Amino acid sequence: MSEAVIEFRDFSFRYRAQKEPTIKNINLRINQGEKVLIVGPSGSGKSTLAHCLNGLVPFAFPGEITGEYSINGQNPRKLGIFGLNKMVGTVLQDTDGQFIGLTVAEDIAFALENDCVEQEELFKRVEEAAEQVSVKELLGNSPRELSGGQKQRVSMAGVMVDDVDILLFDEPLANLDPATGKRAIALIDEIHKKRKSTIIIIEHRLEDVLYKDVDRIILINNGMIVGDMKPDELLSTDLLVNNGIREPLYLAAIRHSGAKICAEQCPQHIETMKLDDVSETVKKWFHEVSIPEKPVSNDVQLEIKDISFSYTSKKKVLSDISFKINKGEMLSIVGKNGAGKSTLANLICGFLEPDAGQILFEGTDLSSWSIKEHGEHIGYVMQNPNQMISKPMIFDEVALGLVVRGVPEDEIKERVYKVLKICGLYQFRNWPVSALSFGQKKRLTIASILVLDPEVIILDEPTAGQDYKHYTEIMEFLKELNEASGITIIMITHDMHLMLEYTHRAIVIADGNKLTDDTPANVLTNEAAADKAYLKKTSLYDLALKCGIDDPSEFVERFIWFENQERGNG
Amino acid sequence: MSRVLSYVEKDTWIHRLSGVTKLVFFLLWSVTSMITYDTRVLLVMLVFSLWIFKASKTSWKQVGSVFKFIMFFLFLNVLAIYVFSPDQGVKIYGTKHVLAHLAGNYDITKEQIFYELNVVLKYFTVIPAVLMFIVTTDPSEFAASLNKIGVSYYIGYSVAIALRYIPDVQDDYAKIKRAQEARGIEMSKKAKFMDRIKSTAAILFPLIFSSMDRIDVVSNAMQLRGFGKNKSRTWYSAKPLKRNDRLTLAFTVIFCAAALIITFTNGGRFFNPFT
Amino acid sequence: MKKSFGVKEVVAAGIGTALFVALTQVQIPIAFIPNTSLQPRAALLAFFAAVYGPVVGGIIGLLGHALGDALIYGSVWWSWVFPDALFGIIVGLFAGKFQMKNGGFAGKTVALFNVVQIVANALAWVLLAPVLDIVIYAEPANKVFVQGVSALIGNAVVVAILGTLIGLGFTKIGAKSASLTEED
Repeated sequence: MSEAVIEFRDFSFRYRAQKEPTIKNINLRINQGEKVLIVGPSGSGKSTLAHCLNGLVPFAFPGEITGEYSINGQNPRKLGIFGLNKMVGTVLQDTDGQFIGLTVAEDIAFALENDCVEQEELFKRVEEAAEQVSVKELLGNSPRELSGGQKQRVSMAGVMVDDVDILLFDEPLANLDPATGKRAIALIDEIHKKRKSTIIIIEHRLEDVLYKDVDRIILINNGMIVGDMKPDELLSTDLLVNNGIREPLYLAAIRHSGAKICAEQCPQHIETMKLDDVSETVKKWFHEVSIPEKPVSNDVQLEIKDISFSYTSKKKVLSDISFKINKGEMLSIVGKNGAGKSTLANLICGFLEPDAGQILFEGTDLSSWSIKEHGEHIGYVMQNPNQMISKPMIFDEVALGLVVRGVPEDEIKERVYKVLKICGLYQFRNWPVSALSFGQKKRLTIASILVLDPEVIILDEPTAGQDYKHYTEIMEFLKELNEASGITIIMITHDMHLMLEYTHRAIVIADGNKLTDDTPANVLTNEAAADKAYLKKTSLYDLALKCGIDDPSEFVERFIWFENQERGNG
Repeated sequence: MSRVLSYVEKDTWIHRLSGVTKLVFFLLWSVTSMITYDTRVLLVMLVFSLWIFKASKTSWKQVGSVFKFIMFFLFLNVLAIYVFSPDQGVKIYGTKHVLAHLAGNYDITKEQIFYELNVVLKYFTVIPAVLMFIVTTDPSEFAASLNKIGVSYYIGYSVAIALRYIPDVQDDYAKIKRAQEARGIEMSKKAKFMDRIKSTAAILFPLIFSSMDRIDVVSNAMQLRGFGKNKSRTWYSAKPLKRNDRLTLAFTVIFCAAALIITFTNGGRFFNPFT
Repeated sequence: MKKSFGVKEVVAAGIGTALFVALTQVQIPIAFIPNTSLQPRAALLAFFAAVYGPVVGGIIGLLGHALGDALIYGSVWWSWVFPDALFGIIVGLFAGKFQMKNGGFAGKTVALFNVVQIVANALAWVLLAPVLDIVIYAEPANKVFVQGVSALIGNAVVVAILGTLIGLGFTKIGAKSASLTEED
């Protein structure tokens, strides 16, 4: 048996400001060279566990530790945060926060500079590290010239440059589009094989991490380890679903069909899973499910006509984009980071003016409207609620847009209360914003837009960084809103689950052009389109093909419809 | 936000100098020009400044709009000095040669004109140095340079972080402002004074509080990578001093010392052509 | 263990400076006096000094003003840079007393904050700035004094309104949520 590099025995930790311990009675052993995935819903304690490994707990976040733990046989409390840094390298979720240097090279060198390594040596080691993650040609670039995926590679180089033997990835997929995320997972796998380091990945997007093999999955909930087993074993239990983790879609589909999943089928990858004893059941299920037709309105509400835009004269960010949006639609605009989809949203909201083309709202040309007038018809919800909330109290935040419009006080109260009720925040109306969770803050920002009674709302990445439970909460809320009030909802996203499950239409933007405008199921079962948009085809597609279903897109539609029904029934 | 000066990579001997050299030059040059009012010294400095500026191959496009702005402020300042104190020159130089009488206390005197000319001259000796410093010094080098001239690396790194995040913060500001405008926050000149203050608060709130979240993230990230471990640190982008650096430094020190000696051996900060 | 200028303060000073520079171009014109404007960045400086202490306040004042001047106006008016640093330091010295972080910024502490900021503004703009202007640039005393007084008034007003508002907002954010109950 190989050597243990990390060991926890009856370990608990309580933050100083909290009454209850955040992680309780952890018993865990991770061996040299293992690749371990730690999953758990938000607030499960998985991040705290990670902080115990890299020393943020207890050195930056003080609190009380009981029980024992050791890293490389040493006591972390004696090593201190700097001692731990030499053994555990952390790649944070927030790639912008972790990018400290003014250029790529300086950022990679950061840890070595702090160790007073001489300049000659710095040049050499930075170059080596950059080579390992293929960012060598970017050494002189500033963070603003990099994509999210490139920044993450730089972060990896920045910890590997220090020869640490344990690499800790804290939600590496949170800010990446699916295709970039897939590459990140491949890169982590490559590093694992080449360097023989111990790898620990903290994530809740299980299916995406399992794109490459992991040795073990540790499932955490309520501060305790509820599962510690090989992926094939864990995936054949119902532990994941019961603990708020989304299981891979192909497995969900197999389960829905009534077939059983067991470890012997090797369910870790759809490509290699043995489906002999389930394919018939799945096929049968596919033919039984039928989706009722849903009426769609034909009133055009928003029309985008040959829009082009560029920030500087050199390169067009968008060229000749045209599409129509009907009243009451719920649709997604998708594409890789930097493809121009946020720019498109900014144009629709009147924040930017197109170089050419027209935007029509119910037949009226919007070019003469001010930003404020746009805002009364087309509401915009930013990705980060903290960048939008400008009042410390919940009521005031929602009322703001009405107050500045000089609406009488009685009416303000009435309208704010109504919106707070719709958004499920009414019981908190006299609370400070800071008492809300991230998901509630998101709903608060939506409330502050809804109060103005817009006909359309545009949401920028509404579910970014949320776990399955919060994702479902927000999206179910938006769905209800859309169904009840008929408001048109446009979402800018690269979340494939979101587009599949909650939108009936996806407009794909790639390199400034409109690539496709189709149902999400069609987009995600079309390999060429998915590739160009930096999405990836859904695993349901592979499942359908492997089960001998000749219309994978229809299979996806039926599965999504079925799941939505299930969710609706509780 | 476009009117911001920034470093532009070029290949001149000034660009090749170490940031330390340029920082020392910039500081000593500023101090000297602040202290001296000796017209002859100022004139020599002006010629040098212009020469250095030319040698840095800085184009008008890089600095033009900023330069016009400075001229406007300089003009206002010169005018304000006259309005407030038309006899400042007379007080300084001790004589009064009236060229013309305007109204009341307002005479135009040779002394006043000469004094204000010196004020203008002072600005002109420094402006090219500032512009040159900014457009030829790689920001990456700045923190290392501060550290090298004796500033604690903690403070040096504050500067590096400031330079790193200025563009990000500017973007955040623009993003937040637009989203608030869409909600109806009026930022136009038409709005009343108190409304403007309230609107500004509506933008500052999210900007400042989300920046404070960022402070937490960045400081954790820095600790995780060993910042503050040792009494000193090395710098990837520090440029070692070469022959040209040593020559420039020697020249700067000698020149500034000489300028100050000349200034004060003359019996005061002011060169007086009237006695 | 806790140093007065640790990693967090390094970052606070850096990002505070970035904010100060970014806000340099944000000004609120005063309708009734032409060509004058209030500078919201003064409120930012006061707030950061009040939360993170004198060293951070001093650095933001010094660096923020110098960098902002240099990057945006292409020249550095040292006689106006140091007063901002002094202002940051003085407000920062009282950081512990304002209790912004732990939710105690209300009533008396708000009054204290405003007394401190007005005194600090006065020392900075009516004492230090004119003296530096006279010593460094030999500018006429009455001119620099008038400039100093208008800077004092402008900054004191901005900090009193915006600075206090931001402080109140921040203190509410820090307030404990344990005392909250849901209402029907």
